[in-house]
Amino acid sequence: MTDTNTDLRPPETLRSAVWAQFRKHKGAMFGLVVLGLLVVFSVLGPLVWQPEKLSVAEALRSKNLPPSFAHPMGTDHLGRDQMQRMMLAGRVSLAVGFVAMVIAVVLGTLIGVLAGYFRRLDGALMRLTDMFLALPLIPLLLVMVMLFRDRVAGYIGPEMGAFLLIVSAIGITSWMQAARIVRGEVLALKEREYVLASRSIGATPKRVILRHILPNVISPVMVAATLCVAEAIITESVLSFLGLGFPPDFPTWGRLLFEGLDYMESYPARVIFPGLAISLTVLSVNYIGDGLRDALDPRIRGR
Amino acid sequence: MLDASPPPLVQVDGLKMYFPIYTGLLRRHTGNVKAVDGVSFAINAGETLGLVGESGCGKSTVGRAILRLYEPTAGRVVIDGSDVAHLPPEALRQKRPTMQMVFQDPQASLNPRMTLAGIISEPLDEHTDWTAERKIERVHELMDQVGLNRRFINRYPHEFSGGQRQRIGIARALALNPKFIVCDEPIAALDVSIQAQVVNLLEDLQDRLGLTYLFISHDLSMVRHLANRVAVMYLGRIAELSPSADLYARPLHPYAEALLSAVNEPDPVIAARRKRIILKGDVPSPANPPQGCNFCTRCPKVMDICRTVKPDLVEVEPGRMVACHLYTNPDVAGPTGASEAKERNQQGVTQ
Repeated sequence: MTDTNTDLRPPETLRSAVWAQFRKHKGAMFGLVVLGLLVVFSVLGPLVWQPEKLSVAEALRSKNLPPSFAHPMGTDHLGRDQMQRMMLAGRVSLAVGFVAMVIAVVLGTLIGVLAGYFRRLDGALMRLTDMFLALPLIPLLLVMVMLFRDRVAGYIGPEMGAFLLIVSAIGITSWMQAARIVRGEVLALKEREYVLASRSIGATPKRVILRHILPNVISPVMVAATLCVAEAIITESVLSFLGLGFPPDFPTWGRLLFEGLDYMESYPARVIFPGLAISLTVLSVNYIGDGLRDALDPRIRGR
Repeated sequence: MLDASPPPLVQVDGLKMYFPIYTGLLRRHTGNVKAVDGVSFAINAGETLGLVGESGCGKSTVGRAILRLYEPTAGRVVIDGSDVAHLPPEALRQKRPTMQMVFQDPQASLNPRMTLAGIISEPLDEHTDWTAERKIERVHELMDQVGLNRRFINRYPHEFSGGQRQRIGIARALALNPKFIVCDEPIAALDVSIQAQVVNLLEDLQDRLGLTYLFISHDLSMVRHLANRVAVMYLGRIAELSPSADLYARPLHPYAEALLSAVNEPDPVIAARRKRIILKGDVPSPANPPQGCNFCTRCPKVMDICRTVKPDLVEVEPGRMVACHLYTNPDVAGPTGASEAKERNQQGVTQ
């Protein structure tokens, strides 16, 4: 406490501090760049890369081609350009992955916080979580999709309907891990003295949760979220594979992967590219989550 | 001092805090941990009441129940005219600014993700609708009061030393101009050199702001230095409540006597002559306290009556309250040592 009467530092904004720390995290920056490239590839790619339509005869001749200049990722068993399909698939897969993750994390955090903070709700909410964990997921998803697909499709069209249905189906069947992790953290956090201090000030439970509990459960939530993205992309492909996801001609990375699986030995390019895309997405999301978690923790940020 | 003039700022009457025990498959309510079992005392405005006792005797629970961080099982806690133990939620919220708390562990009592400005202005966010500038101004003012450099305002708790963190905790407690502060072992987690600083700060603030403290501690010499009166607790009950000087000069209750004999004496000559009273055995379980006086299982001066009848806290000398049959039964001339050894059961085991 030496009084050197230097600058009364202008309050550094939280956002710039977080960004400064995030930039120091090499993995996170790598993840951000890769994810950005994937997003650009799938969102802007189809506008730029438009291979000409082929006649049936041409298509038959050009099926299962290896990568070349005309078709950088080769062609599939119907002679369609694989790169264009990868781009279109990327839109769906990334959207499904992130939207399902957001649903799962929001739902999981909400239920975890409620169960952990309010003792009265704990039993009921955790039994609900146990019940969801005990349900066999794939059959449940199948039943959900079967029951609601046509009805939802009737309202907003088959593709949007399928998207909404899949995303919500995946979202509401993968929040349980997040809920359990969060509940455990909250149970520990609410006994901390700063929460007690906040209560002694007269803060309402809502304020206590928003100000003290949520910021401190961010790390485990972040981990759960990154895992969730990968899981959602894979689950979507499983559903599509089973014929309950998107319509058959609608490409997603998972579906491309499954289609290529039969030809894996003869035409490895057909599985390598979708597999690579999924892996890169998961990896980059993981690193971004890692970097974000570090950047949000003032104890690490200081260093 | 105990004149009938102004009513005490804090009046605690028969405060009980039981924590239920649920056992078995059906989670049936099979008993209570009687953490605080009928505690009564009063604190006058501007006074410091020390609350001492060994670990687990219910000191901290008293502090928290008074501020209604726990829902007391029974009893009244009148602070500045209203019964805090029975206020409805919104009225309690309005009442919160008059009573604040300083916590034991300065590390745990500050949210690691908030800056110092955020931590100290949290009470202001809750209870005022000031503008951001006005809040910052008040935070600066508070930081000056507790001796923190204003430049630290945007730092996080992990960047401070233990003593500084405790100052932050004190500044937060002061933010709303409270009248009454419960200090729950505010110095227990600090270095000895820092302890003195914090205690001096507390005293200084008391002089300047006219604060009233309930100072909970197990550091007997600090309490002696700081408190006007001292309450000695044992197993959820007050054993003795006396003015500080009297208590330290001549403790009345056998437990207080034993406790105070453990205080280090700086003078080696006196220390050599001094006799330490070493109590045998452990504290009985608060889930199953003895039928009579809580201290009867370990008391060196135990009598027959102690095992059956709980002594009340009564005034035996002006200003001194003791809960012991030695002072309330004039016909009992002294310790009778009637039945000994085999009845020294621990943890409330029944004979």
